Amino acid sequence: MLLIKNGRVLDPSSNTDATLDILVDGPRILRVGPDLTASHVEIFDAGGMIVAPGFIDLHCHLREPGQELSETIETGTRAAARGGFTAVCAMPNTQPVNDNASVTRGIVERSAAAGAVRVWPIGAASVGSKGESLSEIAAMKEAGIVAVSDDGKPVATARLMRQVMDYCRALDLPVIDHCEDRSLFAGGVMREGPRSIRLGLRGIPAQSESICVGRDVEVVTLTGARLHIAHMSARASLEYVRAAKQQGLQVTCEVTPHHFTLIDEDVRYDSHYKMNPPLASGEDRAALIEGLADGSVDAIATDHAPHHPSSKDVEFDRAPFGIIGFETALALALSELVRPGKISLLRLVELFTTGPARVLGIERKIAADEPADLTIFSTDQVWTYRTSESPSKSRNSPFDGREFRGAPMATIVAGKIVYRR
Amino acid sequence: MLQRLQHLLGIEDLTREQISFILDQAKPFQEFHRHPLKKLATLRGKTVALAFFENSTRTRISFATAAARLGADTMNLQAESSSLKKGESLLDTVWTLEAMRPDGIVIRHSSSGAPEFIAQRLGIPVVNAGDGTHEHPTQALLDALTVRDRKNTLDGLHVTILGDILHSRVARSNIHLLSKFGAHITLCGPAMWVPRELESLAPNVRRVSHIDEALDGADVIIVLRVQTERMHEPALAPEEYILQFQLTPERLRLAGKDALVLHPGPMIRGLEIDPSVADGPQSCVLDQVTNGLAIRMALLYHLVGGAASEPASGPGMAGKDK
Repeated sequence: MLLIKNGRVLDPSSNTDATLDILVDGPRILRVGPDLTASHVEIFDAGGMIVAPGFIDLHCHLREPGQELSETIETGTRAAARGGFTAVCAMPNTQPVNDNASVTRGIVERSAAAGAVRVWPIGAASVGSKGESLSEIAAMKEAGIVAVSDDGKPVATARLMRQVMDYCRALDLPVIDHCEDRSLFAGGVMREGPRSIRLGLRGIPAQSESICVGRDVEVVTLTGARLHIAHMSARASLEYVRAAKQQGLQVTCEVTPHHFTLIDEDVRYDSHYKMNPPLASGEDRAALIEGLADGSVDAIATDHAPHHPSSKDVEFDRAPFGIIGFETALALALSELVRPGKISLLRLVELFTTGPARVLGIERKIAADEPADLTIFSTDQVWTYRTSESPSKSRNSPFDGREFRGAPMATIVAGKIVYRR
Repeated sequence: MLQRLQHLLGIEDLTREQISFILDQAKPFQEFHRHPLKKLATLRGKTVALAFFENSTRTRISFATAAARLGADTMNLQAESSSLKKGESLLDTVWTLEAMRPDGIVIRHSSSGAPEFIAQRLGIPVVNAGDGTHEHPTQALLDALTVRDRKNTLDGLHVTILGDILHSRVARSNIHLLSKFGAHITLCGPAMWVPRELESLAPNVRRVSHIDEALDGADVIIVLRVQTERMHEPALAPEEYILQFQLTPERLRLAGKDALVLHPGPMIRGLEIDPSVADGPQSCVLDQVTNGLAIRMALLYHLVGGAASEPASGPGMAGKDK
């Protein structure tokens, strides 16, 4: 048994903000209350720390199977645990693509054997994510997928999206879309604007994303399905999501830490600033932060995208898109959102817990009989992020060397402390 | 105090004083090209690596000639024969070159930022001979030298740049350079190749849609080549381009008799420029070529020659420990 004492428990599901103890028995929470005592228990003193429901990351790439040089389920989930995540949703763009139940089962089994935290696979919407025919979504659901997506690219056409949504509505699965109009994207490598013109790098207009968000919302009006917009970066996209929510459509969205922290003006000839969607304008960043504050944005998701150093240490336009993000997500949210007074600490916890849980249609709370998935963090711990110390196999972060205030202190999955600072 | 250059990666980060210094340094080399014996011993024993990852004729020959006339040896890497074709990374290629201990490297590459990328990882001076659609600093310097010789100043000139600005590294370097001297810069070309963000590149830059308005009162006209190889959009029909933007004798008259016509080459006669303008009295294209040699000699002298007095530096080696 594990007794977590003296922590400030923040639970958005019940608006709890109180100093409480939590008694964990095996994989579940036994009791929550003030001044709990028990004999023969391991005690974790969380005095001065926040105790939150376990963080969920809706969007990551674990690269297994197929690209184990960049990351594995083992190394990726160890990095996730260090970031305070107790469950991570793995995108299906592996090799082979997770578009059938046998790949899904492989990921589930491998995660059970080697994963430091829970891995919830996301299945491909179309076979090979090629945008042609529907993948075996029902069979994958039985094997354990929590959503479908062709992430890395958009669901190719409105017609296919309609079929995917109709099918997934019946299966009660959310459809996650990487929104991008491929013709406007046109081989770009960063956001189009004054900075791309100055650097002579091919630009991607914000409209490449928002046109596709608009399309998807229209298809939701046709199908009534649950749509989740991945890594939303543009103000105009947020406007579509807001309008859809106002109409009562089941449309949700996530924002990554790098999009609420950095902007296109930060881009230099360093592929650690190259991601897709690209870093947006300052105006977009401000709009995203407003959405994170007012509830229009449902979750913070990392889009943890490991790439081996040899593939990233190349000319900017030749480098693959993406950065790693598990270990810096909480600290960036604290420094960019909470400390400047944009959002409350309770809202931050919501964006990492009940927010993403709602997207997946599940509950997340700290209460008796609930799974003992907990994230304990400090808002004051000063530390320096060094990619060289990361359990991840990749090093592609623009935040290497940055000093932070606030860090995960312990990550507890099914009653076990899987990471302790 | 003039800050010594370590590399020449672009014009954007240079000061007006540094630019004037390079132009002044080029003066004696302009004279030198008129001598019957065109060889100095200044850089004897030095080696300059010419790493042209992108095809080039005139710039490569110009750098090679500049190095030869200063007495330096050159190591040549050309796109067609490059191991890049066999899948080697840029870093591995330049580290291989560096291991042969050149005293400086001149790089042309189709990726914007490639010279900066290698400059951060090598311990020798890097000269940008054109990177993607970013900068072509030696072209802007030789253009400035050409204009300064004829106009005696760069200050406050009215300069019009015609053509595909979006895909032009020559335009970017020229805009940065001329703007630092207070020039008024007018950009004109097909609208999709002249995006409004270009006006934020430097002070005193404006866009004009009609060529007649763009040429009115111009002291200098820089005609760009239509870069079909860098265009990802459907290309414009040549007839459309000629109709609206070709520099013809009639249009040149709007700019006045003293206006200079520059073209970075290679020139497509009959497309962006009428042959009679290209060969006319206002054309500076051959001066540009000669001045290119002088500028590149001055730079190599400054960057490669200067390195002799400094201790061998370690950063290049440190870069490999990874």
